[in-house]
Amino acid sequence: MASEGGTLTSSEYISHHLTNLTFGKLSEGTTRYDGSVVGEGGTWTFAHGTEAADMGFWAINVDTMGWSIVLGVLFLWLFTKVAKTATSGVPGSTQNFVETIIEFVDENVKGIFHHKNPMIAPLSLTIFVWIFLMNTMDLIPVDWIPFIASEMGISYMKVVPTTDVNATAGMALSVFALIIYYSIKQKGLGGFLAELSFQPLGKWMLPFNLFLELVGLLAKPISLALRLFGNMYAGEMIFILIALLPFWAQWVLSVPWAIFHILVITLQAFIFMVLTIVYMAMAYDHH
Amino acid sequence: MEMALLYIAGALMLGLGSVGAAVGIGILGGKFLEGAARQPELIPLLRTQFFIVMGLVDAVPMIGVGLGLYVLFAVA
Repeated sequence: MASEGGTLTSSEYISHHLTNLTFGKLSEGTTRYDGSVVGEGGTWTFAHGTEAADMGFWAINVDTMGWSIVLGVLFLWLFTKVAKTATSGVPGSTQNFVETIIEFVDENVKGIFHHKNPMIAPLSLTIFVWIFLMNTMDLIPVDWIPFIASEMGISYMKVVPTTDVNATAGMALSVFALIIYYSIKQKGLGGFLAELSFQPLGKWMLPFNLFLELVGLLAKPISLALRLFGNMYAGEMIFILIALLPFWAQWVLSVPWAIFHILVITLQAFIFMVLTIVYMAMAYDHH
Repeated sequence: MEMALLYIAGALMLGLGSVGAAVGIGILGGKFLEGAARQPELIPLLRTQFFIVMGLVDAVPMIGVGLGLYVLFAVA
């Protein structure tokens, strides 16, 4: 981006587009990007370049949080508005669209989850629509929003929250917490631990069973988080690389990739939703 | 030397993952086509299941692609 003072090399352009807007605390004594040294007590500030690595655990990716909250509010506002003005006569196009999505989610939940839990369907709807909206931000041309942001003085802006592993891991950990909560609620703590320790081989192979079952249990949130992250990060990366081509050559690659990416974003949101429902159903089922 | 190793690492992650994904989805697609040919009326159902299993088969290679690209561009 030319506003960074002179032209960037391609790797600088790429790393600029892959950096989140991180807000955190720099401890005292660290040297900042402009050579100044942080004074006593540390300062809370936005990271510039590689400073984010020095910030430690309590650094927040403000751009991820901001865009995911904005898209969540948009989803809630739209669906609430349609729900309040819903008519049982001939529906308008918005109501039709929202109803299609809700029926789609409902069909999937009914096909997989055969127990009684009033929270599963709203959870699945939220997961599907929210992740779909966040993924769709990837289709906006790479430079547009960061350019506007840099004109407003914000130096880094990644607009796709799901390319940040923090966002996907946050969602996966929430699903994991729900799995554990409902497993214990349905089977009791003893029953849940017995299922982990006495499957698949008999009770005398307890440590071996426990190891296998724990690996399987932990694979669920980890694979949920990283599957979505990997797909979205790779997609965004390819868009950034295509953006490095001369403007007259970009069309050849970006159009097919964008079309393919439309399939990928819907598919990844759908898979996250289906796997959530499947894991919740597994939490209810006894082996 | 370090940079060279990082590039080779990234290349291995991307390459081996793609071999696994390609073979796996090829077999899966073949089974889907077989099933669709036997019972064309089940094609929508089979298609949904195909995409679900494709998401699972693709998961680990995709994780490899994500981390490989990270190593190639953000670390190296």
